[in-house]
Amino acid sequence: MITLQHYLGLGAVLFAIGLFGTLSKRNVIGILMGVELMLNAANLNLVAFARFVTPLEITGQAFALFTIVIAAAEVAVGLAIAILLFRRRGTVNADDWNLLRW
Amino acid sequence: MVWAFWLVAAIIIVSALGVVGFANLIHSALALAATFLAVAILYLFLAAEFVAAMQVLIYIGAVAVLIVFGIMVINRSGMQLSNPSGKTVLGAFVVAIVTMAVLLLGILNHNWPVTQQNPPDDTIAVMADLVFNRFLIPFEIAGLLLLVSVIGAILLAREVRQR
Repeated sequence: MITLQHYLGLGAVLFAIGLFGTLSKRNVIGILMGVELMLNAANLNLVAFARFVTPLEITGQAFALFTIVIAAAEVAVGLAIAILLFRRRGTVNADDWNLLRW
Repeated sequence: MVWAFWLVAAIIIVSALGVVGFANLIHSALALAATFLAVAILYLFLAAEFVAAMQVLIYIGAVAVLIVFGIMVINRSGMQLSNPSGKTVLGAFVVAIVTMAVLLLGILNHNWPVTQQNPPDDTIAVMADLVFNRFLIPFEIAGLLLLVSVIGAILLAREVRQR
């Protein structure tokens, strides 16, 4: 019997993997991939709650849909910033993009 | 259905580890697409057919393809070792493990208000009622957000010249 805890645990593991990728990668596109993994983990939790807690009015699925929309907007703007910074600096290494660092 | 859940969960975890583990960025992007597809299969198990379809359409059809295009535009020289880890690997590993431990502890110890009701047969009709009645304003704002982000992405990538 697969319960809510199984899905939430899988979401936690997926979130941790995405967090590790976001914090450890040097290539900015690798960092974006880690962010996508974390958003997927959050979506998985929302849909699991919709199935197991409020199965009749599936509000969580609507929230997951809005999260998908925001993830699409995020990756579009993130890649545009990456392309712009690559054109100006000639590198995709996030360690070299420290122009906002004090 | 129990073995199917564990199979899909194993695929998700292995391919997500591939996303952060592969040294070649294109391999990472392919593993990312595999992760998205496996998560879509889990949505089907959770009686979320519409969200599963949107996951395949938007994440695999748009986000993964967009990331591959970004790699194509940005990484001109060789793809070997194009996804290296930085100096922060050890700290990132510790942070990720601690986050996972805290989350799992909370998940296992909390008493979740689970019901035994079954979802309706036609969840898409319920979704349509939610999105177009109860969440109509957020739905329109999401459309506006997409428009603004597309315009912003085009302006950023075109790099407006200063007069």
